[in-house]
Amino acid sequence: MEENRKVVIELQNVKRDFKVGSETVHALRGVSFKIYEGEFVTIMGTSGSGKSTLLNQLGCLDTPTSGEYYLDGTSVREMSKSQRARLRNRKIGFVFQNYNLLAKTTAVENVELPLMYNSSYNASQRREAAIKALEAVGLADRLEHKSNQMSGGQMQRVAIARALVNNPAVILADEATGNLDTRTSFEVLVLFQKLHAEGRTIIFVTHNPEIAQYSSRNIMLRDGKIREDVINNNILSAAEALANLPKPQDD
Amino acid sequence: MNFLNLIKIAIKAIRSNRFRSFLSMLGIIIGVAAVIIMMAIGQGSKESVRQNISQMGTNIIMIQPGTDMMRGGVRPDPSSMQTLKLEDYNALLESDLQFVSHMSPEVTASGQCIYGANNTSTTVYGESVEYLDIRQLEVTDGEMFTNDDIKKSSKVCVIGKTVATQLFPDGSDPIGKTIRFKSIPFKVVGVLKSKGYNSFGMDQDNLLIAPYTTVMKRIQAQTYFSSINCSALTEEVTDYAIDELTAKLRALHKLKDFAEDDFTIRSQQEMMDTMSSTMDMITIILVVAAAFSLLVAGIGIMNIMLVSVTERTKEIGLRMSVGARGFDISCQFLIESIMISLTGGIIGVLVGYFASILCSTLFMLPTSIPLWAIVVSFIVCTVIGIGFGYFPARKAAMMDPIEAIRYE
Ligand SMILES: Nc1ncnc2c1ncn2[C@@H]1O[C@H](COP(=O)(O)OP(=O)(O)OP(=O)(O)O)[C@@H](O)[C@H]1O
Ligand SMILES: [Mg+2]
Repeated sequence: MEENRKVVIELQNVKRDFKVGSETVHALRGVSFKIYEGEFVTIMGTSGSGKSTLLNQLGCLDTPTSGEYYLDGTSVREMSKSQRARLRNRKIGFVFQNYNLLAKTTAVENVELPLMYNSSYNASQRREAAIKALEAVGLADRLEHKSNQMSGGQMQRVAIARALVNNPAVILADEATGNLDTRTSFEVLVLFQKLHAEGRTIIFVTHNPEIAQYSSRNIMLRDGKIREDVINNNILSAAEALANLPKPQDD
Repeated sequence: MNFLNLIKIAIKAIRSNRFRSFLSMLGIIIGVAAVIIMMAIGQGSKESVRQNISQMGTNIIMIQPGTDMMRGGVRPDPSSMQTLKLEDYNALLESDLQFVSHMSPEVTASGQCIYGANNTSTTVYGESVEYLDIRQLEVTDGEMFTNDDIKKSSKVCVIGKTVATQLFPDGSDPIGKTIRFKSIPFKVVGVLKSKGYNSFGMDQDNLLIAPYTTVMKRIQAQTYFSSINCSALTEEVTDYAIDELTAKLRALHKLKDFAEDDFTIRSQQEMMDTMSSTMDMITIILVVAAAFSLLVAGIGIMNIMLVSVTERTKEIGLRMSVGARGFDISCQFLIESIMISLTGGIIGVLVGYFASILCSTLFMLPTSIPLWAIVVSFIVCTVIGIGFGYFPARKAAMMDPIEAIRYE
């Protein structure tokens, strides 16, 4: 790839050890890579290979035992807890496997949540941004629906809107389609591809090898190390795949 | 996160667990209401006692025989209670006291009073004419006896309203009638204006006032007084008047410099203060007892907040991952616990207020809620909210976002 593109994420020999009793678990054993602006990266690997641990590093929820991590040019390793909280608030959008919406709370309020911790937004700007994000994920007609009044796919789209609302440098998704059926998974994937097309940087952790075909790059982890890092020059269209799925019976 | 949003979140959290929040508020409600009621009754009684005493006249000074019991503490022998003699009174009368306007020696006797077939038990006060001015009494029918009556030890008296109605139930005019007190005949020359009951429940109209000479010689056969009542020129010079009287009496009794007074002088003001501070003491004890229930209520809040924090671990993890700092999280839970205790406090003040109104109408207890008690209640509730919310809030703030968001 052309080297003049902007580097959003840079890892330099990142290691993460966990002490469990007297033993040390090496969850990451020296991981280095750069992720450029506008990439859609899938991270794959067997269970226990360190995917979530890596994502927690990228999301500034955790700090490396050793090695350097630069997010949008700033070093994260030396940051305090509250500095990292601020960084997450401004630069990162999370999408979780189990949605993690606030209970009994409307879609708009859920999406507003990250902006609540950003004092440069006032109430009306917050709402405006939240509505825009919900429109972007195709939920313009579900603004006031509460989280328990929506389907899994809708909830995940609210979660994606929440990850978009702060206009982050990178969107991090851990098994974002893990709880969804095939059809809904593809709908969510279509959404991610749309965001990719709009120029957003996405890192998507998954078990499902199929998904890698819809991303622009795939990183394979094994035992805390990078096993394979390949650019996908033949990105499939999730929208086409969705159209080719067998139609549900009661349609 | 700004303050208004934190309050909104707290309200939402409290409302989504209405019953539980109410139960933890209940402790605060009961505690605050108890404190308010105790204060209302304490303060109310104090005010009514003060009012009663000041109605009697705040410039009254009482001279009593014997050393001050409060200071001495030694049980007095009977002779030490006979130090106020007729000579003392006469000497005081002759010396020109600057700050004393009136003076009346007092000898009392209790017993049956009879007129015809009617009788009543009452107390006769042997006094001088000036007694009326000192106690601010008025003779409505007839007249007060005179200094001449005192000189001659005449068997005359003025009677209180209660005595009048007891002895003359048919409403006939007592003036000029001769009643008998302990079989000694007294001619009624006047009837006192009614003063009603005082705050200790004592009937202030059940009395006879007769010349002190008459009571001393004809009833008690004694040469000493049970007290001498004086009034200071004004309330402000009461202390000077006391000093003046003390110096004079010490000289009369020929007391050496180091000797203690063999009499005790107290002003009404002083009595009122003693009374007030006793009432204050009782109030404080009651309020402290009630305040302990607030402590228990605070522990209840802490308990509920700990449950709330644990229940919302996942929410805490989510908030942290989207950028909430530990500080934001602890504020959120602190505001919630403050809201619970403050709401409880507001309801408690209202309950206490209505309960004390109920007390005063139902049991005729005088009540009054000082404004500062309400302000202090709110401050205390806020402090409880912060104090007992701090630990749960800190627990929430210290959570690790990765573990918290995985919590099921
Ligand atoms: N907090 C922790 N304490 C101790 N060990 C941990 C901790 N978190 C992760 N590990 C260990 O690190 C290794 C990597 O875990 P990780 O959760 O990153 O795997 P994963 O690739 O996400 O697996 P999965 O696909 O099942 O989600 C595992 O061996 C795990 O036991
Ligand atoms: Mg994982």
